[in-house]
Amino acid sequence: MSNITQETIDTVQSINKYDAGFETDIEMEYSPKGLNEDIVRLISKKKNEPQWLLDWRLKAFSYWQKMTEPQWAKLKIPPIDYQDAYYYAAPKDMKKIKSLDEVDPRILETYKKLGIPLREQEVLLGVEGAPTMAVDAVFDSVSVGTTFRAKLKESGVIFCSISEAVQDHPDLVRKYIGSVVPFADNKHACLNSAVFTDGSFVYIPEGVRCPMELSTYFRMNAKNTGQFERTLIIADKGAYVSYLEGCTAPMRDENQMHAAVVELIAHDDAEIKYSTVQNWYPGDEEGKGGIYNFVTKRGICEGRRSKISWTQVETGSAITWKYPSCILKGDYSQGEFYSVAITNNHQQADTGTKMIHMGANTRSRIIAKTISAGQSDSTYRGLVKIMGGADNARNFTQCDSLLIGDKCGAHTVPYIESKNKSAQLEHEATTSKISEDQVFYCQQRGISEEEALALIVNGFCRDVLQNLPMEFAVEAQKLVSISLEGSVG
Amino acid sequence: MLNIKNLKASIDGKEILNGLNLDIGAGQVHAIMGPNGAGKSTLSYVLAGREEYEVTGGDITLDGQSIMDMSPEERAAAGLFLAFQYPVEIPGVQMTTFMKTAVNSVRKARGLKELDAIDFLKLMKGKCKELGISDDMMKRAVNVGFSGGEKKRNEVLQMAMLDPKFCVLDETDSGLDIDALKIVADGVNAMRGGDKSFLVITHYQRLLDYIKPDVVHVMSKGRIIKTGGPELALELEAKGYADIVGAAA
Repeated sequence: MSNITQETIDTVQSINKYDAGFETDIEMEYSPKGLNEDIVRLISKKKNEPQWLLDWRLKAFSYWQKMTEPQWAKLKIPPIDYQDAYYYAAPKDMKKIKSLDEVDPRILETYKKLGIPLREQEVLLGVEGAPTMAVDAVFDSVSVGTTFRAKLKESGVIFCSISEAVQDHPDLVRKYIGSVVPFADNKHACLNSAVFTDGSFVYIPEGVRCPMELSTYFRMNAKNTGQFERTLIIADKGAYVSYLEGCTAPMRDENQMHAAVVELIAHDDAEIKYSTVQNWYPGDEEGKGGIYNFVTKRGICEGRRSKISWTQVETGSAITWKYPSCILKGDYSQGEFYSVAITNNHQQADTGTKMIHMGANTRSRIIAKTISAGQSDSTYRGLVKIMGGADNARNFTQCDSLLIGDKCGAHTVPYIESKNKSAQLEHEATTSKISEDQVFYCQQRGISEEEALALIVNGFCRDVLQNLPMEFAVEAQKLVSISLEGSVG
Repeated sequence: MLNIKNLKASIDGKEILNGLNLDIGAGQVHAIMGPNGAGKSTLSYVLAGREEYEVTGGDITLDGQSIMDMSPEERAAAGLFLAFQYPVEIPGVQMTTFMKTAVNSVRKARGLKELDAIDFLKLMKGKCKELGISDDMMKRAVNVGFSGGEKKRNEVLQMAMLDPKFCVLDETDSGLDIDALKIVADGVNAMRGGDKSFLVITHYQRLLDYIKPDVVHVMSKGRIIKTGGPELALELEAKGYADIVGAAA
C-alpha cells in the first residue's frame, strides 16, 4: 500500500481549494425555516411514518428543548441559532424510483464529479475497472438511490435508506433504533432523533458474510440546511460487513450543521468494520463558513466474540465533535478505533473514542493520529472504562500528534477508569513536529516541499490508513495531502 | 563540472565560508580535509541549497550553469547529490515509496519518462544487487532503526538510483566499521570512471585509502588553504592539521 502515486502529487499541486466545493443547481423542496413541533410532524408525514416513530421523534424534540449543548470539549463554538435553518430539503419531483436510471441526471452528475460510483450498470455488464461496491447516495435530506440491491438481496442482506427500512422492515427498525444511542444521550443526538431525515440501514442475516463493501455517500447541497442522517447497522450472529461513509458539501460562507447518529449492533461472532472519510467543507482560510460536524457514533458488541472496528479519516468540517465508541458487552468481544484527524487553517477538532468494557476477556485497541497545521487546534479525547465484571479486560492506546508550523495546537486527553483489578491497560503517546531536516532530506532527493510533507504525513498515518478498505486507502492518502495544502512555505 | 567562486556564507549572522574557491573537473574525485569547525559540513549544505544558510557572496556553477537561485530539489534534478553525514529518519514511509517518489521527481524534472512500479522495482533490485545491499532494507521505513552502516549504504544506494553528475559525500566514513566502509567505497568506486565527479569530505585519511582522490584540499576557517595530490592526505595524517593550518595562518 502506501505508495504515493504521481497522481497524488499532481493533485496536491493542482488543487488549491476545496475540491468538492461546487454546488448543484437543482430545484429543492424545503420545509418552512425553523424548528418546532410542526416541523417534526411534517418530516414524519413526508416520510409516511408510523405513529410510534412520530411519537418517538416528538418525545426527543420535547426533551431536546430542555437540554444544553455539551460543554466539555476543547472547542470554541459560536452560539447556534437553531431557528435559522431548514430541517428538511429534498430535490423536487422525487418520486419513488425503481432504478438509478430514473434519478435526476444532475444528481447523478454530482456524484460522478465527486468520484462516487453509482454505476451499477457497468459492473453488471462487466465493464472493466467499474467498482464492486454497493452505494447508498444521500442528497441533503433524502436517499436518491441505492445500488446493487438485487445482488445483495440474493444473500439476504438488506441495504437501503432508513426511510425505506421504516416502511419495509419496521420491526427491525423499531427494535434497534435508539437502542445504542438513546435520544437523551446528548443534545446533538437528541436533535437528530427529532428531525433525522434519512441515512442508511443495513441488516446482515445470521452467518452471512456481506459479499461486497457497502457505502453511503452524504452530500449536503442546499443552503441553510442541516443534515441529520441516521444510520443503523445490524450484524446478526456470525455475520460480517464492511461499511464506508463519505461526506462533502459545497463551499458557503454560512456555517451548516451536521448532526448524525450511527448505531451498530453486533451479535455473537459478528464483525462490523465501519470506515469514515469525512471531508465536509472546512471553511475558508480565514475560518469563514464550514460545517459543524457534531456526530454521535456508537456500537455495541452485544454478542460473545463479536467485534466492532471504527476507522476514521477526518479532514473536513470547521468544527468536529465526534467520539465513535464501542460498548463491549459480550464476553471476548473486541473494539477497535483507528483515527486520523487533520486540521488546517482555523479548523477545530475534538475527537476520540470510548471503549466501555463490560464483558469478561474483552479487548480494545485505539490508534489515534492527530495532525495540526495552520492556526488549527486538535484534541484527542478518549475514555477507556473497565466495569467491575470485565475480568481480564485489555486495552492498548496509542496517541500520536504531529504539529506543522508554530501556530497550531495538539492536545491529548485520555481518561482511564478501571473497576477491575485484572485489567491490563497500556497507553502510549507522542508529540512531534515535522522537522526541517526531514523536509530537506526529501528535497535533496528531488522531492518538492509539498510532496515531502504529503509523504511524511502519510507515513505518520500509515498504521491507520492501512485499515481502510483498499479502494479508499488511496483516496484517503490524497485527501491527507490536499488537506495540508498551503501549510508549508 | 563544478565550480565554486569566492563563496561566502553565514548562519545566524556568523560567517562560516569565507571566500572559498574550488574547481572540480568531470570524472574527478576531490577530497576536502580539515579540522572540526573548518566549515566542511556548511559547504556541503550550501552546495545542496539548505535555506538556513545565507549565501552572502560568490557563485556556484554546475556544468557552467549557476545553481545559486535553485531550490534544493531543482539542484537535485540538475544532478547534485549529497550523501548526508547523519541521514534522517522518516517513520512510516517505506524506502521503496520514498525512492520511487524521488526517482520519478528527478526523472520528470529531467524530461524523462516516469517509471511505473515494475520498471522501478527492476531498477532498484538491480542497483541493490550491484552494491551488495539486501532489498529487505527497501521494505523498511526510511532510515528508521538502521544501523550506522546501513544508513550510509542506503545513502550510496540512493546516489546510484538518482544518477547524479556530481556527488558530495559528507563525512560518510564517520561511525563506520571497516567492512561497512569498504562497501560504501566500493559503491562509489563502481560509479567512477565516467563523467561523474565526487567531492569527498572527511576528517580522516582512512576513507581515502579506499576512495583514491585525484586532488586533496585542506580547508580551514571557511577557505581552502592548501591543495595537492593524494600525498597531501598522507602528510596530514602524519603531521596533523596544526602544522599546515598554522603555516597558512
